[in-house]
Amino acid sequence: MSEKELGKKWDRCLADGAIKFGTGLGLGIVFSVLFFKRHTWPISLCSGAGLGMAFSNCQNDLRSSYLLHRSQKEQ
Amino acid sequence: YTAGGSSGAAKVVAAGLLTVGGGVGGTILYAKWDHKFRAAVENNVPYSDWLLGLALGPAYQGDIMKQVRMDSQHVWVIIADSVVAPHTELPLRERPVEEVAARLAQQDQKEQDTLSSVSASLEECLASSAKATLQAIGAQEAAVQAITQHIHKLKEAMEAEVPPPEKSSQWKDLEAALADRTSAVNDAETALLKAKEALDSLKSEIDKSKGLKVSAVRPLVLAAEENLHNMVVDLDRVVTKLQSAESESKIVSQYSDLVNEAKLQFQREVSSLTPEIQANWKGLTGKLSADDLNALIAHAHRRIDQLNRELAEQRVREQIHIDASLEQQKLEDQKALEKAVLTAVQHIKEDTRLEQERKLSELREVMEAEMRTQLRRQAAAHTDHVQDVLKVQEQELRADAEQVLGSKLLEQETSYRQLSQEQLDNFTLDMNTAYARLKGMEEAIDSHVVAEEEARKAHQLWLSVEALNYSLKMADADSPTMPLESAAQAVRDSCHDNDFALALATALPEESLQRGVYSEASLRARFNALRALVRRVALVDETHNSLYQYFLSYLQAALLFEAKQEAPPGQLCSEDLDPFRLLSYASFCLEHGDLELAAKLVNQLRGEARRVVEDWLTEARLTLETRQVVSLLSAYANAVGLGTTQAP
Repeated sequence: MSEKELGKKWDRCLADGAIKFGTGLGLGIVFSVLFFKRHTWPISLCSGAGLGMAFSNCQNDLRSSYLLHRSQKEQ
Repeated sequence: YTAGGSSGAAKVVAAGLLTVGGGVGGTILYAKWDHKFRAAVENNVPYSDWLLGLALGPAYQGDIMKQVRMDSQHVWVIIADSVVAPHTELPLRERPVEEVAARLAQQDQKEQDTLSSVSASLEECLASSAKATLQAIGAQEAAVQAITQHIHKLKEAMEAEVPPPEKSSQWKDLEAALADRTSAVNDAETALLKAKEALDSLKSEIDKSKGLKVSAVRPLVLAAEENLHNMVVDLDRVVTKLQSAESESKIVSQYSDLVNEAKLQFQREVSSLTPEIQANWKGLTGKLSADDLNALIAHAHRRIDQLNRELAEQRVREQIHIDASLEQQKLEDQKALEKAVLTAVQHIKEDTRLEQERKLSELREVMEAEMRTQLRRQAAAHTDHVQDVLKVQEQELRADAEQVLGSKLLEQETSYRQLSQEQLDNFTLDMNTAYARLKGMEEAIDSHVVAEEEARKAHQLWLSVEALNYSLKMADADSPTMPLESAAQAVRDSCHDNDFALALATALPEESLQRGVYSEASLRARFNALRALVRRVALVDETHNSLYQYFLSYLQAALLFEAKQEAPPGQLCSEDLDPFRLLSYASFCLEHGDLELAAKLVNQLRGEARRVVEDWLTEARLTLETRQVVSLLSAYANAVGLGTTQAP
């Protein structure tokens, strides 16, 4: 069902976002703890980076139907 | 000033009213006089007809026309009269033979009647007049006899010397005779008058009968006239006899008178001489003396002298008297002669007239006989001519009749032939029609059989299509129907000889056959679910598809409110291509069961919204397609079924 696709995409987006955010947060915490004397900026940086990556992924995922992929181009 | 102004205004108003009233009145009067003007006014000025009608009464409709019509009627009447008048003359028509004969018979009858009446009357008159005449004649004769007797007696009395007693008896006889004579004469006169009357009546009768102008009466008339003439003649004769006898008697009476007078004179003289002497001088003897006798003788002598003188005188006068009397007699004779001549002339005239009449009647008879013979000859000639003409006519008529007969026979022959031919033709026609009908019936029966076969097949087809339809309808809410393959197969089986149905049956989409189709309700429900999603991604399309756009789109969906359902217009304009609008239109259509239009409208979505509804659209398309095919098939089956089904 084509109408379910968007929902699926959003699910992926959210899941991806959550993962990336979590991962970023973890990494940030790690880095902040390890390398950056428990400053918060690496946490926010890494979580933000994670969020950004998730955002970008989501956008790409959502755009994917409009972009001509290489396989399609070759076809 | 105001007063003046008002008076001026009043003046103006009054003048205006006067003008208007004058104009209207003048118009009405002129309209009354001139009808054309009235008509023109009525045509051009509204409500003028009402006004003029009120004032003058209704207009004369075609007054002029009426006049013309009346004049023409007069003319026509005149013409009609002059034409009709000649026709009123009765045409002269020939009287028919029967009428003529009847008239002749009538005339004859009338003649006979008149004849008989006239003859009867004439006879009567004749008889009466004859009787009267005879009577008159007898009376006259008697009178003559009486006169002669009287004269004789008188003469006797005068001259006879008879003794006195006898004398007195004689005188008595004489008187008796005189009385007889007078009576006889009177009788004769009355008889004569009667006879004359009778004769006059007879004459009038004769004249009347002569006036009738009937030929057969003439001989009778002639005879009567002759009789009359004879009677008149006899009567006249007798009258003359009487007259002569009378004249004689007169003479004798005169003589007797004279004698009586002389006697009386003498007696008077004697008596004067001798007064004592008695009257009768004959008885004087013996009584007289000598003186008396001497005186008497002297007287006698004197008397004798006187008488002699008188005689001489008389002798002298005699001649004169005789001459005078002769003259008188001559005159009387002349008169009598004249009278006799007149009567004789009259008698002769009568005779000649009667003779003439007789001759005329004879001549007439002769002429009539001749005329009869001529007429007979003419009649004979006429009959001959008529016979000839009749013969000729007969010939002609025979020829005509034969011709007519020949033509009629020919006609009859031809008509008979025509009739027989007609009969034959009719018979052949009937035979042909019967044969054709038989053929038609056979064909009908065959076609009937064929039609029944067709009907059966159509029925089958219809049943299968109905099954397909039913299976199409039997869909659960969210799951598709059962695969239509079997039903389609059934349809295909039931119409394997019908290209149209076969084509349709094969036109069913594969998906519907394999998988089945969704019902409209499920599609509707799905759409309702879809709608929210489409609203949310309304702004996302090929160029605008970043997450920010997604955010904006979601914001728009949250903030924008559109009508839940809106009736779509007939033609979409550029504003209607807004997704929200489209959604409301499609929703409306779906709610009203118009899946097709909804699909069309949804098809207008672009971008992400379009991607989202893609599946729904295909499903809708599928359903629509299947439904279309099935409806076509059903319609076709219905049509075929109707075509082949026979009404009870």
